[in-house]
Amino acid sequence: MKHLLSIDDLAIAQVHELFETTKELATITSGQNKKLPTLRGKTIVNLFFEDSTRTRLSFEAAAKKLSADVINFSAKGSSVSKGESLKDTAQTIEAIGADLMIVRHAASGAPRILAESGWVQAQIVNAGDGTAGHPTQALLDSYTISQRLTSGGYDFNGLRVAIVGDILHSRVARSNTALLKKLGAHVTLVGPPTLIPLGAPSWGADICYGLDDVVPTSDVIMMLRVQSERMKNSYFPSEREYARDYGLSKKRLSLMKSGAIIMHPGPMNRGLEISGAAADSPASVVLEQVRHGVYVRMAVLFTLLSGARDGIQA
Amino acid sequence: MSSDLVISNARAADGGGVNLHISEGKIRQVSSEPIVGAPVNCTEIDATHLLLVPGLVDLHTHLRQPGKEGAETIESGSQAAALGGYTAVSAMANTSPVADSAGVVEQVARLGREAGLVDVFPVGAVTVALEGKALAELSAMAHSLARVRVFSDDGNCVSDPLIMRRALEYVKSFGGVIAQHAQEPRLTEGAQMNEGVISSQLGLAGWPAAAEEAIIARDILLAQHVQSRLHICHLTTRGGVELVRWAKAQGIAVSAEVTPHHLLLTDESAVGYDSVFKVNPPLRTNEDVLALRQGVADGTIDIIATDHAPHSKESKECEWDAAAFGMLGLETALSVSALSLVSNNLMDWAALVERMSTAPARIGGYTDHGSIAVGANANLAIIDTQARWTVDRDQLASKSSNTPFHGLELPARVEHTIFRGVHVVRNGQLTGMKYE
Repeated sequence: MKHLLSIDDLAIAQVHELFETTKELATITSGQNKKLPTLRGKTIVNLFFEDSTRTRLSFEAAAKKLSADVINFSAKGSSVSKGESLKDTAQTIEAIGADLMIVRHAASGAPRILAESGWVQAQIVNAGDGTAGHPTQALLDSYTISQRLTSGGYDFNGLRVAIVGDILHSRVARSNTALLKKLGAHVTLVGPPTLIPLGAPSWGADICYGLDDVVPTSDVIMMLRVQSERMKNSYFPSEREYARDYGLSKKRLSLMKSGAIIMHPGPMNRGLEISGAAADSPASVVLEQVRHGVYVRMAVLFTLLSGARDGIQA
Repeated sequence: MSSDLVISNARAADGGGVNLHISEGKIRQVSSEPIVGAPVNCTEIDATHLLLVPGLVDLHTHLRQPGKEGAETIESGSQAAALGGYTAVSAMANTSPVADSAGVVEQVARLGREAGLVDVFPVGAVTVALEGKALAELSAMAHSLARVRVFSDDGNCVSDPLIMRRALEYVKSFGGVIAQHAQEPRLTEGAQMNEGVISSQLGLAGWPAAAEEAIIARDILLAQHVQSRLHICHLTTRGGVELVRWAKAQGIAVSAEVTPHHLLLTDESAVGYDSVFKVNPPLRTNEDVLALRQGVADGTIDIIATDHAPHSKESKECEWDAAAFGMLGLETALSVSALSLVSNNLMDWAALVERMSTAPARIGGYTDHGSIAVGANANLAIIDTQARWTVDRDQLASKSSNTPFHGLELPARVEHTIFRGVHVVRNGQLTGMKYE
């Protein structure tokens, strides 16, 4: 595997391998903040054309735990804001020295263009591109599900997952649907029709406009962040109406199946898509997602930069 | 003036044998028998097994001059056109400055004459600066030396219904036609590709078919109401074909065009995010492609036009969202159309030539083009319909290389182009000669 661009590029065996590596790295490095020397001498660049503090920090922590050198690039205040092209920026960063670039970009497909255009030789990890995909988020979400609901196994047959909210603008929803389907889960996309893409039936998920219809039967309820600016484009009339119809309220929390979990990629809008009660309930695995995110990203960087898992040494 | 030309043993589109004598730029004789009596020093083209057709006419061409000479000039675009078998092109108005005044259209026409490879007919903007707010001086352009008859804000839609109505009415006094780029702007804000299954998977903002069809429907009704002529640019949807079919059945004066790329490619080309496939209106679904082909075959769609849209390397060498819309067309149009229509047995060569030469000449009012007649200017193309060739983006005459057909093997090759009696393309190469 040279790049990680999209969930669709991953064979199921590669997903399993990444999860096994995640598990192993978590075991070795958890607790005592232990650092592995594995990627010493490798330079990893966080190439972030779009702000995302948490994803950048997660990748940075992952890289540092593997002893890689990390350089952070953010578009704000850089030559990009003066109109430099993606090609020139990437080539400049590579000339400074980069073995691997972690790319976040507002344009769908930008990491794939970097990987396949021949502009740079560095390996590419997609850290979120436009509304297309966010593969490490999907990996950390499914890893979290495996730790909570399937005793560490990766066969999700029989699991029912509801992804709720702004599906249309969500790269998280796309990558998660793809990965959850790959692992055998049943996925339902829930939201107002304005926020569900017309082509979504092709994704292999069910589509449902009523959150109450899925809450009692779902093993996982994954809430997506809703940006209130969507209101201005008439995707929904008001925050109040959205929260009433699609928010995970205290009442809906009480209707959840026992043992079911609540996920959220963060940052949460408390009171909009998720109530404080739901966010802080024992069913919420939001902080586990964040913790697992570091290990999953370690596994991705490790796999891409040093190959086989048996190379892991404490 | 060039020497006399004799074309021998050609095949006409109707299948018969044809020989031609051209002198002083005009067709002197058309005969099924070998030409006798031509001067001994004349140039002879042996057209055995080749198809002789009236030179192709493009009603929709972006030549980028003035303003973006790095992407194309009127000269380089004329070269591309001649190599593609064209003897007339229509230079769209979205240049910089915009062709919205007599001064600009006359400049474009003059540069076309200087290039001397095809007739360059400027298209005038419908509204000032293509802003859709106020009518440009349409009459001044019509009565200028450029004699503009086709008006379009192409690139933008004349979306204000009142402005569109006025434009349709206003051009009646000089026999003009409004060529509409049908795109409802509010429904296509930020749109990147056809809205459907593929856009939902790629996470690219969708351009719904309804945004095109809504404008087509509205403008058909306006054209009917004010009894004027409407031309629909680059139709791309099955629903659009149905609307035009309905309008024609009502006797409304509407004509429609389709591009070669919309007859061959679908939105699945966007998988991989290669922006060479980014075009406006966007590539649609296979169902649309089949409906468009049927529409051309049954005459609902009158013409094939290239929407030749050269772009510099840097405006395509970037992420999809940032890339410019548009693709090259002049040098591949005939072959791509033949592949979509003739190879699929939907049309014969005679019908294809009608859609690519005779009909566009009629719609544009280009009286010197679109037919082979004694006494007329000799604007001709000679085609090897049996040849096959492979598109190489680095070997095109266009200054740009944004062809979506790079590496594709295509049928039919333009062997010769004759513009006003001048042999401008010989054996698929520019001769260096031009009409002066």
